[in-house]
Amino acid sequence: MIELDHVTKRYGNSIVVDDLSLAIRDGEFCVIIGSSGAGKSTALKMINQLIPPSAGAIRIDGKDAATVAPEELRRRMGYVIQSIGLFPHWTVERNIGAVPALLGWPAARIRDRTRELLALLKLDPEGFRRKYPHQLSIGQQQRVGIARALAADPDVLLMDEPFGALDPITRDALQSEIARIHRQSRKTIVFVTHDMEEALKLASRIAVMDRGRVIQAGTPREILAAPANDFVRDLVGQDEVGIRLLSVETVANRLRRGEAAPDQPIAATASLRQALSRMIAEGTDRLAVIDAEGRPIGALHLADIVRR
Amino acid sequence: MLLVLVCVGLATGLGLAFLTHAPNRLVSGRPIPLTEAVSGASLIALLPGLALLAGPFLPQRRSAYRLIAAAAAAFVVALLWLAGAQAAALAEISPRAARTSLGGGFWGLFICAALALVDAEDRLRLRPGRRFLAGAAVVGAILLLAASGALDQLAMMREYAARRSLFADAVLRHMAIVLGALVPTVLLGVPLGIVAQRHLTFRAGLFPALNLVQTIPSIALFGLLIAPLSALAGFFPTLAALGIAGVGVTPAIIALVLYSLLPIVRNTTEGLDAVSPAAVEAARGIGMTRGQIFFYVEMPLALPVFLSGLRIATVQAVGLVAVAALIGAGGLGAIMFQGLFADALDLVLLGAVPIILLALTADALLNLAGGRGRRRPA
Repeated sequence: MIELDHVTKRYGNSIVVDDLSLAIRDGEFCVIIGSSGAGKSTALKMINQLIPPSAGAIRIDGKDAATVAPEELRRRMGYVIQSIGLFPHWTVERNIGAVPALLGWPAARIRDRTRELLALLKLDPEGFRRKYPHQLSIGQQQRVGIARALAADPDVLLMDEPFGALDPITRDALQSEIARIHRQSRKTIVFVTHDMEEALKLASRIAVMDRGRVIQAGTPREILAAPANDFVRDLVGQDEVGIRLLSVETVANRLRRGEAAPDQPIAATASLRQALSRMIAEGTDRLAVIDAEGRPIGALHLADIVRR
Repeated sequence: MLLVLVCVGLATGLGLAFLTHAPNRLVSGRPIPLTEAVSGASLIALLPGLALLAGPFLPQRRSAYRLIAAAAAAFVVALLWLAGAQAAALAEISPRAARTSLGGGFWGLFICAALALVDAEDRLRLRPGRRFLAGAAVVGAILLLAASGALDQLAMMREYAARRSLFADAVLRHMAIVLGALVPTVLLGVPLGIVAQRHLTFRAGLFPALNLVQTIPSIALFGLLIAPLSALAGFFPTLAALGIAGVGVTPAIIALVLYSLLPIVRNTTEGLDAVSPAAVEAARGIGMTRGQIFFYVEMPLALPVFLSGLRIATVQAVGLVAVAALIGAGGLGAIMFQGLFADALDLVLLGAVPIILLALTADALLNLAGGRGRRRPA
């Protein structure tokens, strides 16, 4: 549990974070979204004490973060940044093993952990562990960056626009990786972005920030269905709201159980958006639905997608 | 480039005296052209030179550069051997006081051959380690030649023979002064550079001051230090007892430290400036302490730039110590000035040539160290 309790950050006369309160529950994938200068990065960096708050308190599992040595706190939280920041003079292996080495793990354990993480991030351990960062593509570098953040198995992962510098295809791939890692590990992830598409794809909860304050916090569905004000409405894109709503809901929710349909089946876990896309492409208003084991469980009707 | 070297080499080699022969070291000698110095078997020594003549017309390939480098290296050594052999031949038919010195023709050919070697190495893009080995091989061959006695009858070597222990002392003292100045410079300059990198106002004040010191001619700075230091030693006899005096090693080291500070401080600051801010932010974010960030991230990444500053400071100090001989610091400069005042050119060379060799060696060694640091690029 990470609690920001009436936190304010001032630089001289300008207020960057203004009386911000936000509680992030364990296992949550919390995306903080806002335009640049909204204070979202500052809020993130206050969680691991990279920036000390001017007022208010930050509590990690009930304990005031200011009472813990900042270095110790940071070693318990993975940290991933847009500019990646791998150490250019260290091999991939040493980069990933940086935090375990700081924590004094034995060399053999660090080596095993490094290999495990390279495999988790889909980089061939033998091929990559001796390489230097400049020998990697940007996408591979950020995979190593994520591996470094996960190395000491922290409960919390802080990510500051981690995919902002990647091309769309690489970004999409890494979004899927981080979603998978979150599903498998149930780590608490705090993720800063200005990309609503990214937020909707990843978040279990979204906090919309503007001018240092949280305007609205809620599930992607809540944000889309009931934007708190014009700013949030602009951010979600009024013309896109319908389509985006479809992308945060799964086929399973609108399914007619037991009914059969003739066409190529779609998975119950697919989004309604994918289902609609299939219907349009195939010129049909009905799709057969299968479960994770591939057994037919029902049918999805176009009319059910459109109803609210 | 090579064509120019060949032309200059040909012109000086044939136009100027290869050696000069004088009945004693005070009178000026009779010029001996290359054509007279070379006869019979010694013609072989000119073969690598002939190969170099063909150099500019070879195809621009690595194999050609390799050939040119080998020929140039061989020619450098062969020229010395040729001069030594001719001097030995002349010594047999001359009185003991007679001197055979290296002439303009020799130096023209020697320098052009050495430059051709450097040029070929540049084009070969040798790795620092290989390049160092190549240089060491040429210098080693020359030292072997000298040790074998083949050069003993050259005037410079006869001056050396007359001052064997004095020369060894001078070399050691020269190096000791350079080291004695560089150690405090690094101890002082690195912290200054670190502070300058973090505090812009300090930087804005420091660098103009260090630049100003650089603009003072060395001889003037040595002179300027005489008065305050002798006054200090006069007021505090304990200081005088410690060896502080207006002349000698103390002002030399103080002046050298002042000169060496600029490259050391500047390159420390610039090296730290060049460290990727993302790497530093990440280091902070994953929980490194300030000290760990400095030792694990900033220092190793700044090292190549720092080493190039140390290289500049060292080479500069080797040269400046020569001038410091004027205020009684000793070293190879003392031999050089002794020769200058006695109008004995060979004695000047006995001081100057080792200074150049010391500077080149320091340059090569520190280049090698810097090259290792750069092997893992940012």
